[in-house]
Amino acid sequence: MEPVIEMRSISKVFPRVVANDKINISVAPGEIHALLGENGAGKSTLMNVLYGLYQPTEGDIYIHGKKAEITNPNAAIAMGIGMVHQHFMLIPPMTVAENIVLGHEPRKFGFLDLSRAVERVEEISRRYGLQVDPRAKVENISVGMQQRTEILKALYRGAEILILDEPTAVLTPQEITELFEIMRNLIKEGKSIIFITHKLKEIMAVSDRVTVIRRGRVVDTVRTRDTNPQDLAAKMVGRQVSLQINKQIGVPGEKIMELIDLYALSNRKLPALRGVSLEIRRGEIVGLAGVDGNGQSELVEVIAGLRKAQSGKVMMLGRDITNYTPRKVISCGISHIPEDRQARGLVLDFNIEENMILETYYQDGFANGLILNHKQIEQHARRLIREFDIRPTDEKAFARSLSGGNQQKVIIAREVDGDPELLIAAQPTRGLDVGAIEFVHKRIVGQRDRGKAVLLVSLDLDEIMALSDRIAVIYEGRIVGAVSASEATEEMLGLMMAGAAG
Amino acid sequence: MVSLKPNSRKILELAGVPALAIVLGLVVGAIAMVWMGYSPVQGYRGLFAGIFGDSFSFGETIRSMTPLIYTGLAVAFAFKTGLFNIGVEGQFVLGMLAGALVGAALPGLPWLIHVMLAIGAGALAGACWAAIPGLLKGKFGVHEVITTIMLNYVSLILVNFLIRNYFRVTAQEATANVAPSADLTIVALKHLTGGARVHWGILIALLFMVAIAFILYRTTLGYEVRAVGFNPMAAQYGGINVTKNIVLAMLISGAVAGAGGAVEILGVFGRMAVSPVLPGVGFDGIAVALIGNNNPFGVLFGAFLFGALKTGAIQMQYQTQVPYAIIRVVIAGIVFFVATKEMVRWLLRLKRREA
Ligand SMILES: Nc1ncnc2c1ncn2[C@@H]1O[C@H](COP(=O)(O)OP(=O)(O)OP(=O)(O)O)[C@@H](O)[C@H]1O
Ligand SMILES: [Mg+2]
Repeated sequence: MEPVIEMRSISKVFPRVVANDKINISVAPGEIHALLGENGAGKSTLMNVLYGLYQPTEGDIYIHGKKAEITNPNAAIAMGIGMVHQHFMLIPPMTVAENIVLGHEPRKFGFLDLSRAVERVEEISRRYGLQVDPRAKVENISVGMQQRTEILKALYRGAEILILDEPTAVLTPQEITELFEIMRNLIKEGKSIIFITHKLKEIMAVSDRVTVIRRGRVVDTVRTRDTNPQDLAAKMVGRQVSLQINKQIGVPGEKIMELIDLYALSNRKLPALRGVSLEIRRGEIVGLAGVDGNGQSELVEVIAGLRKAQSGKVMMLGRDITNYTPRKVISCGISHIPEDRQARGLVLDFNIEENMILETYYQDGFANGLILNHKQIEQHARRLIREFDIRPTDEKAFARSLSGGNQQKVIIAREVDGDPELLIAAQPTRGLDVGAIEFVHKRIVGQRDRGKAVLLVSLDLDEIMALSDRIAVIYEGRIVGAVSASEATEEMLGLMMAGAAG
Repeated sequence: MVSLKPNSRKILELAGVPALAIVLGLVVGAIAMVWMGYSPVQGYRGLFAGIFGDSFSFGETIRSMTPLIYTGLAVAFAFKTGLFNIGVEGQFVLGMLAGALVGAALPGLPWLIHVMLAIGAGALAGACWAAIPGLLKGKFGVHEVITTIMLNYVSLILVNFLIRNYFRVTAQEATANVAPSADLTIVALKHLTGGARVHWGILIALLFMVAIAFILYRTTLGYEVRAVGFNPMAAQYGGINVTKNIVLAMLISGAVAGAGGAVEILGVFGRMAVSPVLPGVGFDGIAVALIGNNNPFGVLFGAFLFGALKTGAIQMQYQTQVPYAIIRVVIAGIVFFVATKEMVRWLLRLKRREA
C-alpha cells in the first residue's frame, strides 16, 4: 500500500549539531508508527520538520506519494497533519476552548462565537473521551488537562495524520489506557499516527511498527510483533539496559520531615490540601501516588515554600519551616525536582552552566562577594554534564536548544548534586529514555542508601511501586492511606486513588 | 551528533537585523521626501554632511548621542528584569533638576568631587522617582507601564512648579547657573570642534555602559535580574526574591536615567529652565534600547545612530530645506522594522534561500 507519509533522506543541521542524518521513514495508512530513541536522538526535530516548523537541510517529504513543500505549520495542517508537541504550546491566560479553536474560530457576525466554541469542544471531547473543562483558563489547569487540550486542538483541526510527541509522559495510567483506546479508534477511521514515547511497554501495547533512531540516524525499522522490549532497548542505547530496579530493602531511621494537617488553596483559590499529614524518614523513599490534580503539585509547592500553607505545619528535622521562603527551605537541605521543567525548573534563555547554579549562584565558590566566578561555574557545569551524560556536552548551550530529556537531566543533576537531606522528586523521569531512567533511579536509591530521604511524586504507578519503600496515596487533598511497598498491589492502590479508603 | 564550528549565523542576525532596518528606514524616508517634492539624494547628502561633514558636526553628533546612552541603558537594564520602564523620561528630568541644583550650590569645591556630587544627586533623584512605580509593581502588582507613563507628566509639572516657586533666580524661570567647579565642558575639545558642545559626559556614559554590562553579566545581582526577567517562576523556585529584584532594577534604571539628566545640565545647558514639554530623550531611549537589543554595547550603537540622525537632520534642513520632521519618519521606520524583527528575519531568510 502506498504510504501516507514518506520522509526521504531527511537531514537537519543546527549550528552545532547534526540532529537528523539522512533519515528515511514511511508511515502506512491506518498505522501506528512508534519512534524510539535516546534523549537528543532527533525525534522531535524530525517531527518538527514534518510539521513545517523546521526546514530540512536536505531531503524530501512525500504525502500520499506526492512531493510536499511543508513550509510552515499552516501548510502542514492543510495537508491534514496535526501535532501535539512535547512541550505544550498553549496560551496560559486563555481558556481551554479558546486555545483549542485558536486560528480556526467559529464566528458570528465576524466575532468569536465563544458559546459555539465551547459547544464544539465539548462535542469532540465527548466523542474521544478526553475530559477537559472548556471554560477553565489554561494557567489554572493541571498538566494532564493541558495535554488533553493539546490533543483536542489537533483533532479539532481535522488531523488525518497525528503526531504525538511523548503524549503519555504526563498522563495517568488510566488516561494512557483511554488514549490508546482513542488511538485505536482513530486508526479504524483510517487515520495514521506517529507516536513518540520512551516507554517500551506502551510501544509493545499499541504500535504496529517501530523505527529506532540513535544519534540522528535510523538504526532499524521493525514490526512490533517481531520484537521485544529488551531488544528495542538494546537497539536504541547500543548496549544492554537493565529494565529492573535492583535495590535492597531500606532501613528507615529518624524522622526527617513531618507534615502536620496541612491546608492550602489551589491557583483557582479552591481548597487543594485538606489536612495532609505525612512523615518521611532517613533511608526511606516515600512514594506519593494519586490521580493527577488531587493536591500533589500543591503539596510539593507548600513544602518548597512556593505556595502558602493556610494552616498546618511543615517540620524539618524538628524545626518548624512552614511558609519559609524558597531560599530558606533550600538551605534546610531540601531539594526539589519540579514537575514542570520548563515553567519552573529552568531558565530556558540561560545556558546550561547558568542553569546549574540557579540556587547556589551566590554561594562561596560561584561568587566572591557580588562578583560571579565564571571559571568555577564553568567547571561545575562541565563536571555535571559529564557525570549525568547531558548532550550536547557544551556548557554554553542554551537550555532552550536541549532536547526534552536533556533539559530534565540538567535539573536532576543540579538537584541531586547538592546531596540534599530530603529530595523531593516530582515526575523525575518524565521524558527520559530508558538508559537515563535507569541512571536516575540509581541516583534516587543511592540517596536513600546514604541515609537521606526522598519524596517521590509520580503519576507512573510502576515507577512508584518499583522505587518506594512506603507508598502514600493522596485523594482530594488528603492522604487516604499509606502502605509498605512490599504489601502494595496495583489493584489496591488503584482503589485508594479512586477514593476508597485503604 | 557531529559538532560543527561555532555559529556565525547568530552574529549575522544580531547585526543584520538593525542594519537592514536602517536601510529600510532610510528608504521610507526617501519615499517621504519624493512624495513631498524633495530630492532624497540631496537630502541624505545634507544629512551625511551634518553628521560627519566637519569637526563641529561630529562634535554635535557626540553631544546629542550622550544623553541617549544613559536613557538607553536605563531602559535596557529594566527590560532585562522584564520591566518596561517608560518613565525614563521623568527620571531623567528629575535628575536634571537635582544636577542643576547641586551643580549651582557649593561653588569652590574641587572639580571632580563637585561633579561626582552633582551626578550622584541626579542619580539619587532618578532612583527615588523610579522607586514609586517599582514599589507599586513589586508590592501591589500595578503595571509599570501605566504608572511610569503617568509619572512622566507629573515629573514635568512638578519640576516646573519647583523651579517657579523655589529655585528660580531673578526674573527668569530657571535655576542658578552651574558653578565652574561642576562644569563638564572640555575646553580644548570645544575649540577643536569649532564650538561644538562635546563634554565629559560621553566618557562618563561609557563608564556607565561598562558598569551596567559588568553588573548584568558578572555579578550575582545581574544573574538575579536576568533570571527574573527571563522566567520569574524559575527565579522564585531558585530562591531569588522576585519583588526585591523588581524594585532594585527599577532603582538602578532610574539612577542611570537621573545621572544622564544631571550630566546633560552640567555639560550642555548649564542651568535648568522651566519647559513646556518633556525633553524626549527618555522616549528615544526606548527606541535606542530596542535597536541595541537591550544589550549595553548595542545601546551605544543605537545612541550613536539616533544622535547622528538628529544632528544631521538640522544640517539637512539648513542646507537643503528638507524638513527636520523627515528624520522622525526615518527613525520611526527604523524602530518599526526593528520591532517587527520577525519580518526582517524572514526577509533575510528569503534572501539566503535565493542566494
Ligand atoms: N533549535 C535548536 N537549536 C540547536 N540545537 C537543537 C535545536 N533543537 C534541537 N537541537 C539539538 O538537536 C538534537 C536532537 O534534539 P531533539 O529535540 O530532536 O531530540 P529528541 O529525540 O526529541 O529527544 P528527547 O527524547 O529528549 O525529547 C539535540 O542534540 C538538541 O540539542
Ligand atoms: Mg523530544
